[in-house]
Amino acid sequence: MTLTKEQAAEYLLQMYQIRAFEEQAEKSYMAGKIHGTMHLSIGQEASAVGSISTLEPDDFIIGHHRGHGLTIAKGADLNLMMAEFYGKENGYCRGRGGSMHIADVKGGNLGANGVVGGGIPMAVGIGIGLKMEAKDQVLLSFFGDGAASTGAFHESMILAELFQVPVVFICENNQYAMSFAASDWTTSKKIAAHGELYGLASTSTDGNDLIAVREAVQKGVDLARSGGGPSLVVNDTYRWRGHSKSDRNRYRTKEEIEEWKKKDPIGRFHDYCLKEKLLTEKEAEEIEDRAYADIEAARVFAEASPDPSVDTLEEGVYAP
Amino acid sequence: MREITYLEAVREAMTQEMERDSRVFLIGEDIGEYGGAFQVSYGMLEKFGHERILDTPITELGLTGAATGAALIGMRPIAEIMFMDFTTLASEQLVNQAAKLRFMFGGQSTVPLVLRTPAGSGTGAAEHHSQSFENWFVHVPGLKVVMPSTPYDVKGLLISSIRDNNPVVFIEHKLLYKTKGEVPEEMYEIPLGKADIKRQGKDLTIIATAIMVKKSLEAAEQLAQEGIDVEVVDPRTLRPLDTESIVNSVKKTGKVLIVHEAVKTGGFGGELAAVIAESEAFGYLEAPILRLAGREVPIPYNRNLESAAVPQVEDIIVKARELANLKV
Repeated sequence: MTLTKEQAAEYLLQMYQIRAFEEQAEKSYMAGKIHGTMHLSIGQEASAVGSISTLEPDDFIIGHHRGHGLTIAKGADLNLMMAEFYGKENGYCRGRGGSMHIADVKGGNLGANGVVGGGIPMAVGIGIGLKMEAKDQVLLSFFGDGAASTGAFHESMILAELFQVPVVFICENNQYAMSFAASDWTTSKKIAAHGELYGLASTSTDGNDLIAVREAVQKGVDLARSGGGPSLVVNDTYRWRGHSKSDRNRYRTKEEIEEWKKKDPIGRFHDYCLKEKLLTEKEAEEIEDRAYADIEAARVFAEASPDPSVDTLEEGVYAP
Repeated sequence: MREITYLEAVREAMTQEMERDSRVFLIGEDIGEYGGAFQVSYGMLEKFGHERILDTPITELGLTGAATGAALIGMRPIAEIMFMDFTTLASEQLVNQAAKLRFMFGGQSTVPLVLRTPAGSGTGAAEHHSQSFENWFVHVPGLKVVMPSTPYDVKGLLISSIRDNNPVVFIEHKLLYKTKGEVPEEMYEIPLGKADIKRQGKDLTIIATAIMVKKSLEAAEQLAQEGIDVEVVDPRTLRPLDTESIVNSVKKTGKVLIVHEAVKTGGFGGELAAVIAESEAFGYLEAPILRLAGREVPIPYNRNLESAAVPQVEDIIVKARELANLKV
């Protein structure tokens, strides 16, 4: 599964855009321009981009609270996304959802979710609907290691297998559910074994290696699209930042974080592209510069955007 | 007109809607061969097959989430939760997800989902199969809550609920399943948010829901023999609520008794009382607003205890008589 130069450039750009978006998010927050909280996926970029790179444009994703990367990888408009992060009226969700609830329904992103495991049961139903309407589309359902211990996950695996839905479940194991270490109760292999137990084709992979993620998820997508039913892929990865803004990193060591930074998914893909002569050093630099410029433009757009009017508060609770 | 039972009316509404719209399907536990715990979907598997009658293992959270997800991409699922007690297990998907997705995503999504569930006591099934949780769901913006009391209403309200573009909690009372009434064979809608005056009267208003409508009508007949002329108002939908019909009735009679089966504290009666007290009807009140509701206990097993835990016809008569004689 070799990449074309265009693919390499696109994936590297998306990974840099995710990194740049989240670094900007952090800066805006520290500058007091954002209220609430946010969950950064810095260090997990290969999982988002590698997984979603296997989809056709009209396929779907449904995500989780740490969802900026997924949203960018699914092709979101960065301006509308940043505007939503800033809580503005012209953001994707009119400023009603914010960081934790970004959806881009027209773009096939059926939404991030503030409840851990909240998206997984819905994924089964989306799969049921696609199958019932005999659609060719597939869905990627993302969640973390924290969700893998919930009842929602286990019930959903059972229903997904029963109804043979065209869904690839993707567990992004970033090693911690807030402060609770995945290693205290499971491993990526064990999470995959749960899927296996329920009858899903399941595998775990190096989630910081874009090529490995792509290969694993592509198998699941092919299976789903050919009527072969659901599968589970566990991407083994790591979040560099804390769980959210309240995190004091008391549950892990600096050494551990530094060890994982050596496995930086962007650095690894960058080096891969150079080694395979998919990109030159100069092209890679230009891509990085473009990503940061895109995010700077999005910041300017978001900050210039209007807040929602309080008069519109009660709009949109019910559909006509 | 032909008479059928409340249960048959539910089945007929679902069947006709499934024939009309291929996006409508059923999902729930034991709804296929078994026909549902109360036989509501009996025979529908033969008609529609396993593709549209989705029998699930015991996964209230999972199946409610599946219905929500299917609705999110334009299907129109009807999820059955076998007993309302088990909506506790489904609530995450119903309350946090289905109810909020549209608002949370700035209007990008719709969730046309019906969650049907039988509620109420009177079957001897005790604490875990007898509860009435309607007010929990009334409290959630984004949900609609429907509680039909007659075969005619249940058909028209269910058809409207299936066609509605929002998540609807559709609460059927178990003791009403076998009650009979006139129901047209053709399809018809009863708008959500429209109350019905089940009996005209001038002395006092009883506002009642579900099985309590039937009991209140029986009480009204007996009170009529004593010269007390009772008006019975059935809100039919609790959210959205037809405030206007309620306020008008209270203005007309000047006295109101609210009757529901759910526990009194935190029950829907408190909301109704507040709606009346805040409205122009306040100035017309000739007596305090009274409530008759479930006692402050879980539903017990023993027949006498179970019966005493919720309002009965005799209780309504006593309370209404007391109200008729009350003067401020």
